[in-house]
Formats: sequence, structure tokens, C-alpha cells
Amino acid sequence: MLEQLINGLTQGSVYALLALGFTIIFGTLRMVTFAHGEVFMGGAYVGLTLFTYLTPSLPLALLVAAVVTFIMGALIEIIAFRFLRNAPHFSSLLVTIGLSVILINLAQLIFGPETRSIPPALIEDLAFGEIQIFGFYVTYLQMAVLGVAIAMMVATYFFIEHTPIGLAIRATSQDHEAAYAMGVNVNRIFTLTFAVGSMMGGIAGVLIGLYYNVFYPTMGILLGIKAFSASVVGGLVSMPGAIIAGLTIGVIESFAVDFWNASYRHLVAFVFMIIILVIRPAGIMGKSGPMSGRGD
Amino acid sequence: MLKLTDVHTYYGHFHALKGISLEVGDGEIVSLLGGNACGKSTTMKSILGMVKAKQGTIEYDGRQISGLPPSDVVRAGISPVLERRRLFPELTVEENLTMGAYLRSDKAAIKADAEKMAELFPIVAERRKQLAGSLSGGEQQMVAMARALMASPRLLIMDEPSMGLSPKYVETVFEVIQDVNAKEGVAMLLVEQNANMALSIAARGYVLQTGEIVLSGSADELLNNPQMQKAYLGVA
Repeated sequence: MLEQLINGLTQGSVYALLALGFTIIFGTLRMVTFAHGEVFMGGAYVGLTLFTYLTPSLPLALLVAAVVTFIMGALIEIIAFRFLRNAPHFSSLLVTIGLSVILINLAQLIFGPETRSIPPALIEDLAFGEIQIFGFYVTYLQMAVLGVAIAMMVATYFFIEHTPIGLAIRATSQDHEAAYAMGVNVNRIFTLTFAVGSMMGGIAGVLIGLYYNVFYPTMGILLGIKAFSASVVGGLVSMPGAIIAGLTIGVIESFAVDFWNASYRHLVAFVFMIIILVIRPAGIMGKSGPMSGRGD
Repeated sequence: MLKLTDVHTYYGHFHALKGISLEVGDGEIVSLLGGNACGKSTTMKSILGMVKAKQGTIEYDGRQISGLPPSDVVRAGISPVLERRRLFPELTVEENLTMGAYLRSDKAAIKADAEKMAELFPIVAERRKQLAGSLSGGEQQMVAMARALMASPRLLIMDEPSMGLSPKYVETVFEVIQDVNAKEGVAMLLVEQNANMALSIAARGYVLQTGEIVLSGSADELLNNPQMQKAYLGVA
């Protein structure tokens, strides 16, 4: 029971990280990206490549994936949003869908269409080494996933709430025209925010990739949708909402697997999200939260 | 200090400003008057670089500023108080002021200015930690002025400071504008519909109509102009 909870929180913390990235991007640009799942996939493949061909070091994989997906995010923002700033929203949306298809194809070209894994010997220690806490066992990998995800969330919160750039991001998210009039380089803030949100997706990719040790080009599709859904359930512009929704979905899935059958986990997750949205159409934290509100 | 010469601005094919020329001198209060959709806000946005003037020149201290982005215009010493105040509603009053000083890096001077704002605008001191969106319209107008002054400007451009305020608060706002002008020597370009009020504190005024300046002169001249009295001042 308690172990299922730990499993669920581990899985959920990664959903939360993905949803948080999505929420930061939407909260600032007021635009949805459908390439978030593919940025996640990109991060996962960075982890696979480094572990398999260079050295099985988690910190190194996280660092490189963070840099790679930060750049990916900046490029996606510039191509899909900055170039189309005055175009209808649908155009940007379509470009992000196009980019996600391109990224999946690129992954097939570079890494092959088949499902790949890191040679088990290389992650044995991480995946099977475990320690006992309060009478139950937790693997090093679970602790690392949970620890990194939580650290990223705390760091993001601090960045947004307590730094000068974070203040400019919040101001821009609330009224980008007024921020522009104060001298804020709004384009740069949009690109930076998108890059940071994407970086969180990339780190989530490394974590999930290692956790399940399964890598394939389309691995980001369902997770991208799930992160989007968790973000919507959380209230779309609320950072705490995204975290709560992500963790809850992870835990519910984990119990569904335990009590029922692993193949029903996505069904249970989405039924739960639909129920929440029917009860609270604006999401759990619909109207409050640090990123919410517009100028008018 | 500020000089617009034959400025033309378009929104797509719409010719919003059809050759505006106006001047604001050092430490002067000048009002730009006119009804709805006559081009007042467009004039302001053209000066700030939020929309690009297609033709004509905008000079500040003898330097060409048309075509520059708002960041450069604010850095040069022009700071805006936007229409409907446009505070960041989910930021505190204090954070709004910090955003006003976004382009400055002189920490000690910023802090000193923040303290000065608390003196000039008591509401800033009282509501320091409150979310700006929770203040009344009049209170927000005070915070908006304080935020604009945090850029340490020599010219403040105010878009309809009286809009949506109760008559009593309108008077307070104009008193404060006069006060800031006298104490800090900040020049003001007041974009207003409330001609009576604006001319009561301004030295000079311009009247805009469908993108063109149709009248200009000293405040007294405008107040006594029969055409002006009929169209804008409500004098029978």
C-alpha cells in the first residue's frame, strides 16, 4: 500500500514537472504548445545516449539534457511563436504540431524506430540498489526521480517568485503590453520562459526514460497529452495546481495498476481528469495562483 | 525637450495620425485634448515606440527617438502612465514599483526613489504588500504614477489619468500631478478628455480631432476660445 503510494508519487512528480513546464509556458505566452511531449522525448534520448555511449552518470545526463532542451525550447518559441506573433493563434498551434511530427521523425532517423534500452548492467546499481526507510524499500532511482523533480519544482518556484527575472516574467504574464511599455524586452521574456518550461520537460524525459528504461520516438505523445491535461486540471495558469494535479494523477494510476490491471492506467487517469473538469471546469486552482490574471 | 514634427501613424490601412506637430518644454505641463478615438492614445504610443510612426520626426533633447523601442525611449527619460492605469494586478504595489524601475541598475538610488514615492503617495506606503488589483481606481492611479516615476523620468506621458475616477478623486489626481511637477520638475504631457481639468493645470494645450491638431495655444487662450467652449468645455 505504502509502496504503491511511493511509486505513484515518483511517477506523479514527473507528471507534475511536465505539467509545471506546460503551465509556465501557457501562463506567460497564453499559447498552447503541442511539442512539449517531443521535448520530453528529446531529453529522454539524451539520457539514453549519454548512459549508453559515454558514462552512466545521472547528474551529467540531467545537465546535458537541460542544456539541449533549453535550446530546443528557445528554437520552438522563435519558430512557432515569435515569427507568428501577429498571426491567428491557430497558426502557432499548427506549427507546434508540425514541429512535434518533425521531432518524432528526426528521432526515428537518428535513433531508429525500434524501442531501445540502456544495457541493464549500466543502470543496475541505480535501478535495483535500494534502501529501507521506515520499514519499506525505495530504490535509489526512485529517490533520485522524486528528489530531482521536487528540487526542480522548488527551484522554479524560487526563480519565478523571488528573482528580478521572475518578476519580469510574472509582470509579462499579467500584461505584456504594460511590461513592454516599462522597457521589458517581451520577446526575450517569452523565449526564456519557453526555454525554461521546455528544460523542465527535458529533465522529466531523462527521469522517466531511466525509470522505465524504455525509449522510442513516440514516447512523448501520450505523456505530452497527459501533462497538458494535468495542467488544465490544475487550472492551466496555476503552478501549485499543476503540481497537485500531476502528483494526484500519478498516485491514482499507481493504485489502478495495483488493484486492477496495468493496461487500464491511462483509462483511469483520463476518467479521473474528465470527472474533475466536469465538477470544476476551470480546474482545481482555477482562479488563483501566482501566474494567473491578465491586465484587463 | 520633446518635439513632434508632422508625425503620421497607421494601423494597417487606417491613417490614425495625419501629421501631428507638438512640443513640450522643460518642466512644462502640456495637455493633449480631444474626444474618443481622435488619436490621443496613438500619439502617446508613437512617442513611446509602441507603434511605429511611418513619417515625420520625434525628437527628445534634440535626439531622434522615432523608431526606437520603448526600452530605449524609457531609458532616454520618458515614462508612461498608460490608459486605465494598467497595473500588474497580481503583483503587489511594491513589485509594481520595482517594475517601474526595470531598466535601472542603481540599487541605492532605486531604494531612495521608492521611499520618496511613499512620501509623495501615502497610499503606496499603506498598501505596500497588497495586490495592485485589489485597490480602488483612484488608488491605482496613484500607484500607476508612482510606478512611472520610478523610471526616474524627466517627462511623464499620462494617458487619461481621470478616466473612470469619481469627481473627487479626479481633483486629487490633478493636484498630485501639479505637485509632482512643481517638486520634481518633471515635465508632463497630459492626454485627456477632461479639458476643463487638464487646462486648469496645464500651461499650453493642443486639440486633436480625427488624427489632426485643430487648435493649439496657451491654456487661457483655449479656455476662452468660443469654438473650444462649444465643443469641449461644455460652456453654452
